[in-house]
Amino acid sequence: MIEFRLPSLGADMDEGKLLQWLVKPGDKVKKGEVVCVVDTAKAALDVECWNDGIVHALLVEPGTTIPVGTLLAVLREPGEAPAAVDARLAQLTAEGPKPAATAPVAAPVAAAAVTQPAAAGRRRVSPAARKRAAELGIDIDRVAPGADGTVSLEDVERAARAAPAPAPGAAPAAAPVAPAARAAQMRKVIAAAMARSKREIPHYYLAEDVPLAAATQWLARRNAERSVTERLLLAPLLLKAVASALRRYPEFNGYWRDGAFEPGAGIHIGVAISLRAGGLVTPALHDVDRVDVDAVNRALLDLTRRARAGSLKLAELTDATITVTSLGDQGVASVWGVIFPPQVAIVGFGRVVERPWVVDGAVRPMPIVTATLSADHRASDGHRGALLLAAIRDRLQAPDELVKGNE
Amino acid sequence: MNRDELKQAIVQTLATIAPEIEADALKADAPLREQVDLDSADWLNFLVALHARVGVDIPDAHAARLTTLAKLVDYCARKLGV
Repeated sequence: MIEFRLPSLGADMDEGKLLQWLVKPGDKVKKGEVVCVVDTAKAALDVECWNDGIVHALLVEPGTTIPVGTLLAVLREPGEAPAAVDARLAQLTAEGPKPAATAPVAAPVAAAAVTQPAAAGRRRVSPAARKRAAELGIDIDRVAPGADGTVSLEDVERAARAAPAPAPGAAPAAAPVAPAARAAQMRKVIAAAMARSKREIPHYYLAEDVPLAAATQWLARRNAERSVTERLLLAPLLLKAVASALRRYPEFNGYWRDGAFEPGAGIHIGVAISLRAGGLVTPALHDVDRVDVDAVNRALLDLTRRARAGSLKLAELTDATITVTSLGDQGVASVWGVIFPPQVAIVGFGRVVERPWVVDGAVRPMPIVTATLSADHRASDGHRGALLLAAIRDRLQAPDELVKGNE
Repeated sequence: MNRDELKQAIVQTLATIAPEIEADALKADAPLREQVDLDSADWLNFLVALHARVGVDIPDAHAARLTTLAKLVDYCARKLGV
């Protein structure tokens, strides 16, 4: 029997509200498949299951707020007999502190899932579409999905135009939090995390001006003959430089937990994306050192799009081993970040500006970006921090080497 | 596609990148990225979506000059011959 529990939602978020199940009893689930949507203070998140199995019973109904660690569902392992799982489940729930979560309770949930229109099959609903449908009073289950089987925002808008009157009947998916309430909640979560950071983490701060002539010329050459669909941003080059430098100085990549440094399992860079409704999210780009710059570019564009649409995966919000913030995009010269606990460092990039720069004894105009490092003095010292920033600077002088993926 | 439809398509494409915008409040001659608060990733996502929607591939060297909605409409209209 596989226990599917609500995973950690990240720093200072200890509960979530189950919005919707995307599977029903009897469904086969593959490792990494999104099985439900959980609303948190920051966003509605797609939650993946990390085992192969067959859904045996759903134990929590949509609309329920549950703490992290709650048993949400049980799955049968391939070849496991249903009766054996029933017995284990009964035993588990008898031991558990919450007798409410027993098999009988699961029955109505299962029934609700089964009564969904048969034609709906295994369709997906994007969180943005669900949110819009709730706003418009449309039953999301009555919206026809697009060609790929996913109900998107567009499908909802089309359905709204076709049937302006709100559809009657209870929707099985619970409504996500209203935007204003979400903004207030997110403010609270950010406040708690940042106050904890400044209370607990002894930050030290370093800065270095990085000449970008080589990187920007490389980028201009590369983009000149490319279609807009293959165009590269500068940010992925900066992210690759950070990842490459972190391979050399791994004490900045990971977490401070229980009085000791715990290295990250990979170089997963959280990128700060500010939301127009207020607040920010820092979803992770995975293995930035291993993949090439085009893959980082694609992932960054995809994350930005999904962060705006409110369609991030839970793992993306909890995996980051370091954060990079590029407020330069909004026009400031430099940014001194506050570390996102339990991470131990945040790298900031300001705006790229042309400045007089001395090269071989002569002054010439040079594109410059100010790179900053805020780091946890419990985990590292300024000397190593300086080496990290110098490594970021040096990597950016050799873009041909920088852009590759490295095993 | 006439010029008005083109402008409509551009604004609708922008709305897919920044769902919060109020299309009617957009000023045609004011800097677009400031009005809509687009960062460079949003801007590129917008150009990609625009390419898919109206079929105009804007080269990197030109994109930086297309700072307002009016300039974008003019540019695409010229490329499409409308």
